[in-house]
Amino acid sequence: MTVTALTTAEDVPAPAPVTMTKALNQALRDSLREDENVLVFGEDVGRLGGVFRVTEGLRKEFGPDRVWDSPLAESGIVGTAIGMAMAGMRPVVEMQFDAYAYPAFEQIVSHVAKMRNRTKGQVSLPLTIRIPYAGDIGGVEHHSDSSEAYWCSTPGLTVITPSNPADAYSLLRESIASDDPVIFMEPKSRYWMKDELSLPVQTAPTDRAQVVRVGSDVTLLAYGPTVRTALAAADDGAEHGLSIEVIDLRSLSPFDDETVSASVRKTSRAAIIHEAAQFGGYGAEVAARVTEANFTHLSAPILRITGFDVPYPSPKLEEYFLPTAERILDALESWDWEL
Amino acid sequence: MTIDVPTSRSDRSLPQLQPVSFIGANGQPTEVPTDGLRIPSDRTLLGLYQKMVQIRRFEAQVTHLTRQGRLATYPSAAGQEAIEVGATTALAPGDWLFPTYRDTAALLTRGVPVTEILSAFRGDWHCGFDPNEYHTSPAATPLATQTLHATGFAMAAKLKGEDACTLTFLGDGASSEGDTHEAFNFASVWQTPTVFVLANNQYAISTPLREQSNATMLADRAAGYGMPGLRVDGNDIAAVFAAVTAALERARAGEGPTLIECLTYRMESHTNSDDPTKYREAEEVEHWKQFDPIDRLEKHLRSAGVLDDERAAEITASAEELATSVRDAMNTEAKVDPSELFDYVYANPRANLVAQQAKLEAELAAAAQS
Repeated sequence: MTVTALTTAEDVPAPAPVTMTKALNQALRDSLREDENVLVFGEDVGRLGGVFRVTEGLRKEFGPDRVWDSPLAESGIVGTAIGMAMAGMRPVVEMQFDAYAYPAFEQIVSHVAKMRNRTKGQVSLPLTIRIPYAGDIGGVEHHSDSSEAYWCSTPGLTVITPSNPADAYSLLRESIASDDPVIFMEPKSRYWMKDELSLPVQTAPTDRAQVVRVGSDVTLLAYGPTVRTALAAADDGAEHGLSIEVIDLRSLSPFDDETVSASVRKTSRAAIIHEAAQFGGYGAEVAARVTEANFTHLSAPILRITGFDVPYPSPKLEEYFLPTAERILDALESWDWEL
Repeated sequence: MTIDVPTSRSDRSLPQLQPVSFIGANGQPTEVPTDGLRIPSDRTLLGLYQKMVQIRRFEAQVTHLTRQGRLATYPSAAGQEAIEVGATTALAPGDWLFPTYRDTAALLTRGVPVTEILSAFRGDWHCGFDPNEYHTSPAATPLATQTLHATGFAMAAKLKGEDACTLTFLGDGASSEGDTHEAFNFASVWQTPTVFVLANNQYAISTPLREQSNATMLADRAAGYGMPGLRVDGNDIAAVFAAVTAALERARAGEGPTLIECLTYRMESHTNSDDPTKYREAEEVEHWKQFDPIDRLEKHLRSAGVLDDERAAEITASAEELATSVRDAMNTEAKVDPSELFDYVYANPRANLVAQQAKLEAELAAAAQS
């Protein structure tokens, strides 16, 4: 992936290992420094620095008027953030865990998504809602949901999910600067991933998917936590002579039809991989729209390798639930490659 | 040995059961303790009276237009004019109002033009006015959600060191929603300059208050959040205006939010879709008629010598003028532009919306040719 420095060469520190958590933290810090209207609040984001330490040190640097711990109430957090955004602020709020965003569902769907539309563009909501999501961290129930389909089927929302530290920094900066509300989904299992990086970085814009591995036989479409899984499948596939292209969608809504279609027309085969349940899931949308645009270029139906259609399981059952590289390769083998 | 309990920010007792009221149903002063509130001047009351008369006429006209099919629906606030007019008039121009679907009279008081207010009910757009121009949020239909917006807006004003307060209306039904609890709590913890005006009109569509809450009175809830609560006679505009004015003064002085329960009665149906005879007795409606907010203020103003027949006739004429303007505006078919479906969803154009917009425009062009 191309990583471009925001500042002049001499300002940029030498690349060093940076975790996604650190990259997100730096994005928040830089946004707070740059624009005094940026506010950070939510449950435990102040003194503790967030349960995943994404907001570590921010309260100390910017004070409790810019970064603070809110009462424990998700609808209250999002609802008050709406009022703040209407007053000209740019709030960045945290939902702490995926399934704990559900009390805020009404505020997000009925107001965050619709305010611009209801007021004929006269009121924007520059509001970023950070949701740590997905599993594979051994969490107990309600701590590992993938709720992207709910947000993606809501017009008015932008839904972003980074898979690596550089994108985490750049996409979060862009989300905070956006005049549209953004659901910013952080893959929990990738928080501790490290990349050699100099911050700040600017990666591709939010509406662009990225080809993260070039291949010619099949396109794997992945996002957030499953990009790693897709890349592992590509490695394994190569050992069996299969050339796998991997695309990191990055932005789930809007969807980058152009990049995806170009890849699918080249490889003629595609599979979408996500942790969320399959039925009515995001993969169904991707499969349908990619098919509609590229039907005559496809040699096989688009596959979905996803979580099963069951509630997210207990930690000891996670490994049977989550899509794996092996499961991806098994699925690819199901195609009749002689066709 | 006892636990060392930290002192709370405010130590407030429960509000008095008898609602604060200055002017009784007969137009004469009441004996009720007024909790340190100041009765507005007769000059102020005359202005409030004129607004209430206009709004009652407006409500009647709009309800009629709904029966004619000109409006999709209309939730009348007839009988509740004192709350809407009294509370909204107390606001400074820079304060922000966060209304609900029943607060048309408040929007009118705020100066929003009739056509822009009724756009939502006529069906040409959700919010027909510019919120920034009138310092008024779009009216919220999902219950109690706007109470949090008002709290957040006030928090931002506080953080920016601005003078603006927020006022939000909610009903007895909305008081059961979780967002009401969260808004009361956030506003009090953050000490935001917010006034919650709870219009307790006895019914949530058809569900009576006794099946909505087991509390003696809804103003009691304020104590649980560490903020002052007050119960006022919602049909006495002097009491509503005085209570809201005092609450706004507190808010502006940095003393945080206030809950004001206004006891009133919804004289009409919830909207034209429900039949109130199914859930309440005619005697009850008749009982409440004797507390009518306009009648009692008229009696008071006449006995105080501030209102005479001539002035009353002028006020009636101004109300008729308003009704005529409403009729004229609503008898003109609203023009809608189908292309606008796509214009205000995102700040930046999106490929899928652009494609869908082009498809709709092609359909319209084809239809125009055939």
